Amino acid sequence: MIRFENVGKRYASGREALSGASFHIEKGDMAFITGHSGAGKSTLLKLIALIERPTRGTVLVNNQNTSRISRRKIPYFRRQIGIVFQDHKLLSDRSVFDNVALPLLIGALKSREVSRRVRAALDQVGLLKFENNSPLTLSTGEQQRVGIARAIVSRPELVIADEPTGNLDPELSLEIMKLFERFNQVGVTLLIATHDVELIDKLQCRRLQLESGRIVESSQSSSHGDSM
Amino acid sequence: MSFFQKYVDLHYKNFLEALQRIKQQPVGNLMTIVVIGIALALPTGLRVMVNNLSMISESWNSATDFTVYLEMSIDEKSANDLARDIEQRSGVGDVVLITREEALADFQEYSGFGEALDTLGENPLPHALIISPADGANSNISELAKTLNAMEETNLVQFDTAWIDRLRSILELTLRVVDIVTVLFGFGVVVVIGNTIRLEINNRQDEIEVTKLVGGSNGYVRRPFLYSGLWFGFAGALIAILIIWGILGLLSSPARSVAQLYESGFRLIGPNFKETLALIGMGTFLGWAGAAVATIRHLRDADPE
Ligand SMILES: Nc1ncnc2c1ncn2[C@@H]1O[C@H](COP(=O)(O)OP(=O)(O)O)[C@@H](O)[C@H]1O
Ligand SMILES: [Mg+2]
Repeated sequence: MIRFENVGKRYASGREALSGASFHIEKGDMAFITGHSGAGKSTLLKLIALIERPTRGTVLVNNQNTSRISRRKIPYFRRQIGIVFQDHKLLSDRSVFDNVALPLLIGALKSREVSRRVRAALDQVGLLKFENNSPLTLSTGEQQRVGIARAIVSRPELVIADEPTGNLDPELSLEIMKLFERFNQVGVTLLIATHDVELIDKLQCRRLQLESGRIVESSQSSSHGDSM
Repeated sequence: MSFFQKYVDLHYKNFLEALQRIKQQPVGNLMTIVVIGIALALPTGLRVMVNNLSMISESWNSATDFTVYLEMSIDEKSANDLARDIEQRSGVGDVVLITREEALADFQEYSGFGEALDTLGENPLPHALIISPADGANSNISELAKTLNAMEETNLVQFDTAWIDRLRSILELTLRVVDIVTVLFGFGVVVVIGNTIRLEINNRQDEIEVTKLVGGSNGYVRRPFLYSGLWFGFAGALIAILIIWGILGLLSSPARSVAQLYESGFRLIGPNFKETLALIGMGTFLGWAGAAVATIRHLRDADPE
């Protein structure tokens, strides 16, 4: 589903966020990217969603070489990917329902079908009762779940999440991760960036560790991360 | 539902949403719309004014007095006889004789050459007849003028149309100026709307970013802004029409008194239906164009590279 081949990213500032990262994630996998703050986790996810372009190497997503995707085609490419942001990126002037509906409105769906899918997504994250609320009236954890509902509402095969539990207490964080596991069980490929090693030690998932711009460790965290 | 219908629905929705958004900030947006209205009303109003003046000058053309200068050899009595004779002809209303003495006195009084003329000793001016055509005798006036010109007693037949010609060419020139003003103010409308849309884009940066991140194409993101611009232009044109009719209303009674003074049936004419439609179409188009310029310049930011 995702393949990085010797990918480098140097920002215009001269800062090299990635330098020769290689890995492969199969369809249907759920994996974590770990690494300290500034290790390049967000950068890596941005390359997948074409928010940034690599300065060298190849990024393949769903068998498409992203370097061949022109600027004009980027929106259509992004529709295959659900993105969860650390800061939610919810629109405060719209209801929860309208926020979640956003990815469906850009497509050609009947409004009845839109409602049905938005309600299904909100139900999956347990927020159906808040559909008419403003996101501002929700707690941080609830807002994050609205963001997750928006990422899955168009039923993408791939979901990427950048520190989805960044601002949450351990209990809520685990809840969110369990939610992701449920998506994974129905076949969604997930790639989640986090620096919360303790949290993912509790989960049976593959872990990619970023160090000095490379993937240095690629292990199952079933062994609690203490072996290669 | 067909793809086309879906497309139409989407546009209709954007169209209504844009209107909704304008209504959310009534004061600021109303001010913008009034500015656009004034900018559209000025060139249109000037055009209406020039049209009215052209119409007046045309109505004057049909019945103009003209002057016949007689030969120097003609004495006052023959001149008087000639005047009575011409008065009998068809198409002629009034004939007034201006004797050479009267002409000289007038000239001395109004020209400022009074003393210079005294040194001439002899009056250089001939007798003249001022001929007013009869009402509704437009067609045979030039015929009449030709006949009079061929007579032995006459020296020169002069239409007093020079000033009408002058007015015409001034109006012609004014129309050119109005064209330039139209282009300038049209450009101004594009700039005003472009700037309004730029501010709106800034205000809605978050929404634009999120929409792009979930796969909204540039066209999709642009569309609501294009419709905003379209609404601004359309509403501005409506205001312009109100302004023009308002001014015509204020001017109509003074115009009527002037018309009565000159015994003319003249009435102020506003823009007709076609011109009104053209103004609305123009305003709407300029609004759309201003928004297009703004969105092209300011919507690229959320993309990589
Ligand atoms: N747009 C940018 N311009 C310049 N440098 C950047 C930009 N984004 C990130 N960086 C730098 O790249 C490095 C990796 O950043 P990031 O991918 O955000 O790390 P992480 O998400 O792991 O904290 C950091 O040093 C950061 O300062
Ligand atoms: Mg980050």
